[in-house]
Amino acid sequence: MNLDPTADQRLFQSTTREFLAKSVPVEAVRALAEAGRGFDRAWWRKGAELGWTAPLVPERFGGGSVSEAPMADLALVAVEFGRACAPGPLTTTSAVISGLVLEQDRFADLLAEIVGGETVAVWAHYEPGRGLEPRDADTTAVPDGDGFRISGIKDRVESGDQADIFLVDAHGPDGPVQVLIRADAPGVSVAPTWTLDVVRRTAQVSCTDVAVGADAVVQRDPAEATAAMRTQLRVAAALTAAEMTGATDRAFEMTMRWMFDRYTFGRQLASFQALKHRVADYKTWLEACHATAWAAANAFADDPTAAAEAVSVAKSYIGATAPGIVQECVQLHGGIGVTWEHDMHLYLRRVTLGRALYGTPGEHRRLLTDLMERNAA
Amino acid sequence: MTDGTAANDVESVDSFRDRARRWLEDNLPPAPPNQLGETSKSAAAWTRAKELQRILYDGGFAGICFPKEYGGLGLTPTHQRAFSEESRDYEMPLALNIPTLTICAATILDMGSEEQKRTHISAVLRGEELLVQFLSEPRGGSDLAGLTTRADRKGDSWVLNGAKIWSSGAYAADYALCLARTDWDVPKHAGLTMFLVPVRTPGVTVQQITQVDGSREFCQEFFDDVVLPADAVVGQVNGGWETANRQLFHERSAVGGASPYSSGIQSHSGRDVSGLVDLARRTGQLADPRVREDIGEARALNMVHDQLIARITHGIGSGALPPAAGSIVRLFSAQNSWLQADMAVRIAGASAATGTTADDAGFGQAGQDYLMRQAWSLAGGSTEMARNIISERVLGMPREFAADRDIPFNQVEHGH
Ligand SMILES: Cc1cc2nc3c(=O)[nH]c(=O)nc-3n(C[C@H](O)[C@H](O)[C@H](O)COP(=O)(O)OP(=O)(O)OC[C@H]3O[C@@H](n4cnc5c(N)ncnc54)[C@H](O)[C@@H]3O)c2cc1C
Repeated sequence: MNLDPTADQRLFQSTTREFLAKSVPVEAVRALAEAGRGFDRAWWRKGAELGWTAPLVPERFGGGSVSEAPMADLALVAVEFGRACAPGPLTTTSAVISGLVLEQDRFADLLAEIVGGETVAVWAHYEPGRGLEPRDADTTAVPDGDGFRISGIKDRVESGDQADIFLVDAHGPDGPVQVLIRADAPGVSVAPTWTLDVVRRTAQVSCTDVAVGADAVVQRDPAEATAAMRTQLRVAAALTAAEMTGATDRAFEMTMRWMFDRYTFGRQLASFQALKHRVADYKTWLEACHATAWAAANAFADDPTAAAEAVSVAKSYIGATAPGIVQECVQLHGGIGVTWEHDMHLYLRRVTLGRALYGTPGEHRRLLTDLMERNAA
Repeated sequence: MTDGTAANDVESVDSFRDRARRWLEDNLPPAPPNQLGETSKSAAAWTRAKELQRILYDGGFAGICFPKEYGGLGLTPTHQRAFSEESRDYEMPLALNIPTLTICAATILDMGSEEQKRTHISAVLRGEELLVQFLSEPRGGSDLAGLTTRADRKGDSWVLNGAKIWSSGAYAADYALCLARTDWDVPKHAGLTMFLVPVRTPGVTVQQITQVDGSREFCQEFFDDVVLPADAVVGQVNGGWETANRQLFHERSAVGGASPYSSGIQSHSGRDVSGLVDLARRTGQLADPRVREDIGEARALNMVHDQLIARITHGIGSGALPPAAGSIVRLFSAQNSWLQADMAVRIAGASAATGTTADDAGFGQAGQDYLMRQAWSLAGGSTEMARNIISERVLGMPREFAADRDIPFNQVEHGH
């Protein structure tokens, strides 16, 4: 594994950072939040031009990675999204892409539209009250000719209210299947749900007897559908972990700044050992978050078991650690830290949502134990 | 690496790993079950460790990162890591890692005279010498530069008087790196000198100390007019703090698990989570989701620890991080070992605290390990010292007030 991003990756990262700083400074993020819009579609197309949608897609469909490690490229972008509290369907779109590329020739046109940012495709995986495990979708896929008729409710669908198309996990007669459903198809209704994050928004998507033709069935074979969901989940979890790391990084940076600027009892906050020692812990954990998020993103080049393990390590560790660090950053800010006006809550929101989506620490820890047992057997 | 060999003459890591794998299979016995770290060293264990080291040396796998001219192989940390990984399942001289190889030999390599390097590094690599550290004193270890053991010049020699404490493994050692005060009229850091002291020499008394888990690893030493030759000085006279700093740097890397000189994988920070699976199975809790989460958490933290070591080592190597960032891995390693100890006690439940001797061994071990839980946040400089270093030298926060700064040592208040 490369411990450093390559020169091309660095350039990709800094271009993204500059673009985000210019196009969605924190005031813009607040404005998007107040307007009740997660993100701006024209803005997303510009991001797509910068390459945010490209890494996982082969060049002949308009994609391309700046390195040999496309997930690492994306993780660097995700870190920047976290640092900026940026809007946009980066994670969910990447998950969809990682599913569609498994069947790339059949979905070449759609892939090209997603890469171009013209079509926003999001993943409808979760169901109300349900956790991570992909096997037990209640949404049914009843065979109908060469296609299916889909009924059920999907929950926590990222950017659901802005999507053109959903990649839906459903339960067919033989097990899981994956199908594409257009947001404007008859029988589909989308209701935004409340979400802690101000711009990384979610929705509930209800399907009532929605007809899906053969050309929109992505995975019909249960084993392949399960494997595809696992891959998508891994992609989404790894990027969410990277994003949380970025958000924590920024919150920590702001807090360090504050500790040098703020005086109490005639000295800088930064001069009190009780605070220095705590900050040393946060720095240590933050470095560990960076290390494990990067290891997870780079593990996609390894075999699926190794990648699964690295992602669960990162998502469980960062999910458990990052919100704690940001809470401490709030504490070190004093009263200003719990005001709407101060930006700290934007980061706290981002990491709290990130902890919850695509596997909580508990869920990923159980996966790790499953893996240990499987490896020992 | 500096012996003039062209880069492409260096054996590739993969080929080295393959060769190591075959050699280990043919030459080393499997690791004894439940290999414990520092706490179980008996005199026999030290003898065995030296024997094993000799086997490594004869097989051409000793001192992978030490230069060839001192008996090593002159290869890279990546070669060393590959060898350590391959050796996981074999009986290895793990006891020699801390402090002999990773701290003392590494310090001599950085700061010793040519003669010291040729003599002692190669003796260590051949399994003929054990080196330990005489740093801490009864009146304080964290304030290392405030020590009061003295060495006075007498003609060409030095005469050592005073006492040291908490020295791991000193009863079995051949030499110790011993820091002593050689000038009392200057501020504390400026009056120290590092000596290489033969442990079994007239005037040195070594006493073992029993630790809370019953092991007798610690020692205290008394020096009564111990005569040392001039060439016992490591580094410069009154430049001992610089030598000590190198030593502490190596100590932090070693305790954090990041030393390139470490051979074989230490199990002391509970790095083998399969023990927890076993504990859960034997207590009938392996199906309990909460217990499975605990095991997964312990597993994750071990992996994060390794990933952090890689990141920080690389960051220091490339200049992205200051050398003081080594304290980050040191702090993390302590937190990891707490978690591992806590998980074992949690899973063992009541069995960690009481039982009949007929009970399986291993339950009680969880309790014993818990009693020693803090050892890894004190050994190698406390976690509080690590936090001072991270906040001050990595994050640039203001230094702690020190009442003894810039004051001649003989005018400093010492308490009782
Ligand atoms: C398993 C083990 C092996 C060891 N092996 C060796 C060895 O081989 N050779 C050797 O020389 N020593 C050895 N030591 C000693 C070790 O280095 C010391 O215990 C350690 O440096 C702490 O010193 P102390 O015990 O004197 O505690 P003190 O320095 O008295 O500290 C007591 C407490 O106060 C805290 N403290 C002290 N100063 C400050 C400050 N400025 N700010 C905040 N907190 C502070 C400390 O962190 C600690 O918690 C070993 C210790 C252990 C546990």
